[in-house]
Amino acid sequence: MAYFTQQLINGLTLGSIYGLIAIGYTLVYGIIGMINFAHGEIFMIGAFISIIAFLVLGILGVTWIPLALLIVLIATMILTPVYGWALERVAYRPLRGSPRLAALITAIGMSIFLQNYVQLVQGARIKPMQPVISGGFEIMREGSFTVALSYLQILIFVVTVVLMVVFTLVIARTELGRAQRACEQDLGMAALLGIDVDRTISLTFVMGAALASVAGLIFLINYGVIDFYIGFLAGIKAFTAAVLGGIGSLPGAMLGGLLIGLIESFWSAYFTVEYKDVAAYSVLVLVLIFRPTGLLGKPDIEKV
Amino acid sequence: MTMLSITGVHAFYGHIEALRGVDVEVKHGEIVTLIGANGAGKSTLLMTICGNPRAAKGRIVFDGEDISAKPTHEIIRSGIAQAPEGRRIFPHMTVMENLLMGAITSEPRYLDEDLEKVFALFPILKERREQRGGTLSGGEQQMLAIARALMSRPRLLLLDEPSLGLAPMLVKQIFSVIKAINAEQNVTVFLVEQNAYHALRLAHRGYVMANGRILMSGTGKELLANEEIRSAYLEGARDTKGRRS
Repeated sequence: MAYFTQQLINGLTLGSIYGLIAIGYTLVYGIIGMINFAHGEIFMIGAFISIIAFLVLGILGVTWIPLALLIVLIATMILTPVYGWALERVAYRPLRGSPRLAALITAIGMSIFLQNYVQLVQGARIKPMQPVISGGFEIMREGSFTVALSYLQILIFVVTVVLMVVFTLVIARTELGRAQRACEQDLGMAALLGIDVDRTISLTFVMGAALASVAGLIFLINYGVIDFYIGFLAGIKAFTAAVLGGIGSLPGAMLGGLLIGLIESFWSAYFTVEYKDVAAYSVLVLVLIFRPTGLLGKPDIEKV
Repeated sequence: MTMLSITGVHAFYGHIEALRGVDVEVKHGEIVTLIGANGAGKSTLLMTICGNPRAAKGRIVFDGEDISAKPTHEIIRSGIAQAPEGRRIFPHMTVMENLLMGAITSEPRYLDEDLEKVFALFPILKERREQRGGTLSGGEQQMLAIARALMSRPRLLLLDEPSLGLAPMLVKQIFSVIKAINAEQNVTVFLVEQNAYHALRLAHRGYVMANGRILMSGTGKELLANEEIRSAYLEGARDTKGRRS
């Protein structure tokens, strides 16, 4: 039971990261129907901006951890979306209205470009960072095995839940959210109602990038090492999560993220760690076969 | 006084030249109708007014301002609303949410008043307000499309075939609502119709379009009395579709 609980905690931590990235995939897919394969790279850039921000704060002598974390969070949530915005502006907007395949290939191209860009300007070596938050609670003991819930993990859950609640409210309640939902259903009609479609799409990329940047920060402080390649695997996993939850569905992305995180943790704990990716992707295959719209996705109503 | 003036407008859909030099004028307070066969370019003209597709040549002036180069959302914000071809209501949103989408450009303080107004015009929408748009009947969807367009408080309302696919009773009802909108709310209406008989009876003036060009224009009465129009657009329609009155 203790072992199980520990895996549950670990899985939820990992799932939070996937969930935050998955929202970016699902928002963009919902609104323009393309898979933004460069989104994993936005997450990676978020992690790099975070580590640079930590270094700058270290040099400036800001050592009080809560303040440093807050500043880094704000910095990455402001700077990373600039990349998301530029990505849409430079690479995707000119292709609006062209076949989906063109946008898809461009997305893969941008993914490769951003990876190489970071490799070039930051170097290819892995970047380690000292743990910034240590300690935690011991919540259970069974023989020699103790179940730990670290302060870091608590922080990750709190930040993830708060962000998801905020973004759900933005989409449900604000004018921007309504504009996004209108664009999702009918871009042309949304424009005919006076909605600035280009601006709405840009803001969608910005929102997705902001969430991915937080995932990048969490990844950095949770694992302590990053390199230019982390976006690929995390991106694919988060994409899997978005499809599992039902691409286009916001709660689906969160649920899918948590499920993929849990599947990976439990598989690693009870079976072989080498096959954890296989387990995650097998679930994706099963979902695509038996429930192609995902867990919370809704089938399209025939437009009349 | 002229509200909308379209001069020498050409527009393309892909490589097809759908409009080949169209001149139309709509004055303040009028109901103007545009009739013509399928594929004449009527819907394209309404969409071109809204900037999609853009006019390749010619000028579209709305209230003294050239709008032919503006993006769609700015044209709408200058006071034009359209209930487009195929109605295009949001199927996953409720009736209420659809109406809120229509109000996205208008000030929130008008919201309650405007909702009252459209519910007074279409009481059925009030009953259905929590129902999803996709589950409404064709007639209800048409009403919702018109109501949604009115929610932005337009000065010019563009309607694309509001009678399409509706039972004769409903057609009458929709046309009387259009008349009421024009007379009571002081909204200028530019209406595209295949149901020429009803449209010409309702309208102050009408235009006849074929192959991307305007063939004829005149008051509703004149056009109704015109022999050519009777044989081309009225007799045929009556025989095949049985819509006489």
